[in-house]
Amino acid sequence: MSDLIEIRWHGRGGQGAKTASLLLADAAFNTGKYIQGFPEYGPERMGAPITAYNRISSSPITIHSNIYNPDYVVVVDDTLLESVPVTDGLKEEGAIIINTTKDANYLRSVLKGYNGAIYSIDARKVSMETLGKYFPNTPMLAAVVKVSKIMPEEDFIKDMIGSFRHKFAKKPEVIEGNMKALEMAMKEVRKI
Amino acid sequence: MGIRERLSGNEAAATAMKQINPDVVAAFPITPSTEIPQYFSSFVSNGTVDTEFVAVESEHSAMSACIGAEAAGARAMTATSANGLSLMWEMIYIASSLRLPIVMSLVNRAVSGPLNIHNDHSDAMGVRDSGWIQLFSENNQEAYDNLLMAHRIAEHKDVLLPLMVCQDGFITSHSIENIELLEDEKVKDFIGTYKPEHYLLNNKEPIAIGPLDLQSYLFEHKRAQSEAMKNAKKVIIDVANDFEKMTGRHYGFFEEYRMDDSQLVIVCMNSTAGTAKYTADRLREEGIKAGVLKIRVFRPFPSEEIAKALAGQKAVAVLDKSDSLNAAGGALFEDVTSAMFVNGISVPTVNYIYGIGGRDTTEADIRSVYKDLVEIAESGKLENPYRYLGVRSK
Repeated sequence: MSDLIEIRWHGRGGQGAKTASLLLADAAFNTGKYIQGFPEYGPERMGAPITAYNRISSSPITIHSNIYNPDYVVVVDDTLLESVPVTDGLKEEGAIIINTTKDANYLRSVLKGYNGAIYSIDARKVSMETLGKYFPNTPMLAAVVKVSKIMPEEDFIKDMIGSFRHKFAKKPEVIEGNMKALEMAMKEVRKI
Repeated sequence: MGIRERLSGNEAAATAMKQINPDVVAAFPITPSTEIPQYFSSFVSNGTVDTEFVAVESEHSAMSACIGAEAAGARAMTATSANGLSLMWEMIYIASSLRLPIVMSLVNRAVSGPLNIHNDHSDAMGVRDSGWIQLFSENNQEAYDNLLMAHRIAEHKDVLLPLMVCQDGFITSHSIENIELLEDEKVKDFIGTYKPEHYLLNNKEPIAIGPLDLQSYLFEHKRAQSEAMKNAKKVIIDVANDFEKMTGRHYGFFEEYRMDDSQLVIVCMNSTAGTAKYTADRLREEGIKAGVLKIRVFRPFPSEEIAKALAGQKAVAVLDKSDSLNAAGGALFEDVTSAMFVNGISVPTVNYIYGIGGRDTTEADIRSVYKDLVEIAESGKLENPYRYLGVRSK
């Protein structure tokens, strides 16, 4: 179990954090991994803070609890940084990946006490340029794959075409945009 | 062999039902089992199954429809949770008394109130004396496998009892995990067709089902139900052996995890067993001889076998995900300690009520239980056997 990777997603209801965690589970499954993808269910309200989780390992996963010491944290909405303790239990050798346009000083100060790596990406820009609408989950999915190196980038991209074809069977016009969002996000995410 | 897939626990249960292709499914949606009838009704609409799906107006009617269908000679299934099962209560007893091998997927959730949609085992524990066979499942794979074995057990002529397959609401029902599915044909061959001996639609043998049964007969009929529950033990093992031949996956009354040389054992059911195994592995690295006894078959209760498995341990903790509110410990604790007493096994045994209303049970919680067991084993003292795990004291 030494290669078990745990990821915690923070987002707001309606932003697709749960869907992103399930897509990540799917992609890792398709590269032969053992996976868990599960949201923490509460009252479902647009805009309310939500949490979702992933475990990924090359051996079977038996633990069934929420994740308290994640290797990676993904923050889909930076307005959560001041209200939700997103770095709680986050391993310092891991990283936090934030959808934000805020500068390094702000991020370091709002995450004070956390000394691990911080990555940022402007998922709004990526989403608007590739999809014409604000769907932050696709760029964030690519960003976490890039940062965590859970799977080779080429395998991920190849696999996601299949996943999107399946997911968007009824609206194939958005597949190309989502693929572009993934590729652009891979380039845009950067360590601060 | 097998089909590598990733499914949630609810998807796994619905897939099992699809492959079983029962004659009748009657269900009313309730969180967290809603997806099961939801997915299943789409299989019906798509023509993937030829089941008669009865979209009833309540769970009482769901169980009533299953009873009617099964009595008529059909294979009937349903799914529910918590208050849905509560509303079935009257018909739950009638199903088992009429010896109708209905199969239910029960996605465990706290029975209200106050209103809570999350997991504990109060629903299943509420019907533990109703004459249903109860199988518990650690994960999506076991929820699937237990459902595939269910009809062979329930419909066996020495058994003829209804059966419920339990899994933890949200924790496994809504978690996507790896699973190995069987091919449709294999499932079909394994389960076989339902050939009831006596049934209402048999015009060659007119019978009555469920008439008045007063002082002169009810006792004998109840005794017969009890015998059937005893008979179920052999059938459960026989079916598990056949299932293992087909899949390579081994099932018994319970799973003994790292119990070859264990000294401290946690007894529990459903998803917590997975967390306990994970924790036991880590404690082993620290030199603590931790083991896990995961109950799969809760009804019939394998008393003798459990007592034997726990003999020689230095300390045992029984985890109950339902509070019996009786000032004397949870249901599983009572059954386990009774089994030990009757079979002359004396091991210090402590009870923890835990996970009520979906309170998360973590590695740290399980560690604290093993730590308590270390102390009990070392001191030989057990002052308070009725404990709580993960509850705030204020």
